[in-house]
Amino acid sequence: MRATFIESLSQAASENPDIWLLCGDLGYSVLEPFAAKFPDRYLNVGVAEQNMAGIAAGIALSGKTVFIYSIGNFPTLRCLEQLRNDVCYHGADVKVVAVGAGYAYGSQGYTHHALEDAGIMSMLPGIEVFVPCDPMEVRAATRLIAASGKPSYLRLSRQGEPNLGSAAITDIRKPRVLREGRDVVILASGPIASRALDAAGELAGRGRDVGVVSVSCLKPLDEAAIHDAVRNASLVVTLEEHILRGGLFSLVASALAGDTMRPPVTGIGIPEQGGKTSSAGSREALLDAAGLSVEAIVARIEQAPVQR
Amino acid sequence: MVHAAKASHIGGCLSMADILAVLYTRILRLDPAEPQSPIRDRFVLSKGHATAIMYATLAECGFFSPAELDSYCRDGSIFTGHVSHAVPGVEVSTGSLGHGLPIAIGMALAARSASAGSRVFCLLSDGECDEGSNWEGILFAPHHKLDNLCVIVDFNKIQSFGSVAEVLNLDPFAEKWTAFGWHVEEIDGHDVVALERVLGALPAPSGRPTVVIAHTVKGKGVSFMENKLEWHYRSPSDELLAQALAEVGV
Repeated sequence: MRATFIESLSQAASENPDIWLLCGDLGYSVLEPFAAKFPDRYLNVGVAEQNMAGIAAGIALSGKTVFIYSIGNFPTLRCLEQLRNDVCYHGADVKVVAVGAGYAYGSQGYTHHALEDAGIMSMLPGIEVFVPCDPMEVRAATRLIAASGKPSYLRLSRQGEPNLGSAAITDIRKPRVLREGRDVVILASGPIASRALDAAGELAGRGRDVGVVSVSCLKPLDEAAIHDAVRNASLVVTLEEHILRGGLFSLVASALAGDTMRPPVTGIGIPEQGGKTSSAGSREALLDAAGLSVEAIVARIEQAPVQR
Repeated sequence: MVHAAKASHIGGCLSMADILAVLYTRILRLDPAEPQSPIRDRFVLSKGHATAIMYATLAECGFFSPAELDSYCRDGSIFTGHVSHAVPGVEVSTGSLGHGLPIAIGMALAARSASAGSRVFCLLSDGECDEGSNWEGILFAPHHKLDNLCVIVDFNKIQSFGSVAEVLNLDPFAEKWTAFGWHVEEIDGHDVVALERVLGALPAPSGRPTVVIAHTVKGKGVSFMENKLEWHYRSPSDELLAQALAEVGV
């Protein structure tokens, strides 16, 4: 995802001389192609995210489009008030790009796990939030935010994620069907969607009709499209590499809340850490331990109450 | 304005009044008829609580009618109690301290990139220098040789809950800026000749960003407000307003 992002951004920057990229001293082996090609529009501001966000706002308020890049919680939570006041309140054309969605940094530990970021970013006024599930969606989202003129958040995983669909993406703001199926519909955001596909395959073998839809644009959420995607379903499941509060589950449940005919919505996400310490482990092991193994997802769906 | 709205922060407004007067009459290249000109100088008020004097200055300079100031802090007014970019001539909204300098740095970088010749001035309070975000910017600006950037510190020695020396001492203040690589000017912040001299020297020949440590008096010009912490919060009564206006000669 990181490589796809920087390729897409470089392409956009070659077409638009007003695109800048700032980083907070992170992005080794990722950002170099951009830095080499556009040295006058690339800046490593140092390990100082509040300053980076404020500088980005100042450059954007001078007529530019500014991407800021760092790991998970650093360009988001560390400088949250700068994003709220300096970027969003002024409608400054700043794009926050965080790498390391969810457990992507695995054994690096809790400080490097981005578990609340998408929800917190979604609460900021006027921002658009994208959680792509694969490189195709990264490319589409990067192209869109580079030209949107709006504050944006792009949540990336790390590297090596496979494409989960083949059809061309025409509108990244719309949910994207990864697997047809109408009885159970799994709405997923981010690369965890691959586990949704595996679970759907397993359930199909047990006679269930399960669809999988990637919801990469959390804000603005296309509520009409969500309603269409779950029409006639007996169960809606949301799956995210994020806590349930404020993330995909919250947004989908809110969108469907006023629908008297809505199917039940089961949210599957990462439990809040609370006071417990985090263990070492690969992303896959941490997801399994958090109850997001394919087997656990299948079990949750089989046990979930459905609409009769 | 502050009296009519029963608002606060008059002390910190009066300490920076001379600074704004010099900036807006002698230094800043601004055109009220074209407030968004890309080649304008920028002024970022980081001590956003001292906004009554900012709005009054902009009205005096023709950005809008002085009559509009009557709505200050009233229901539905654009003139909020911390500075708002809804007001013509205001570059950015601030109020939470420690935000202005990084934004000003971004503007200075963009201006240099565009070869626009714009200069960027940013006014900080002394208490605001407690904020770590400022020191991120103070480290950054000399590294990038932002000679088109000037920080002015309204050093009135009194912050929200006591004297600067008591709450969190900044001394040796000038030495800190010097050590970070700034061109430092330390002057009487009510000496308009000195203000014009140092503020007019941008871009700094040294190739470094400039900080003007302006020694000021909180509540300057009004005997019962001068150096009094309480005028960070109080709004004057009718009688005190009359006395204050008489003392400043309005």
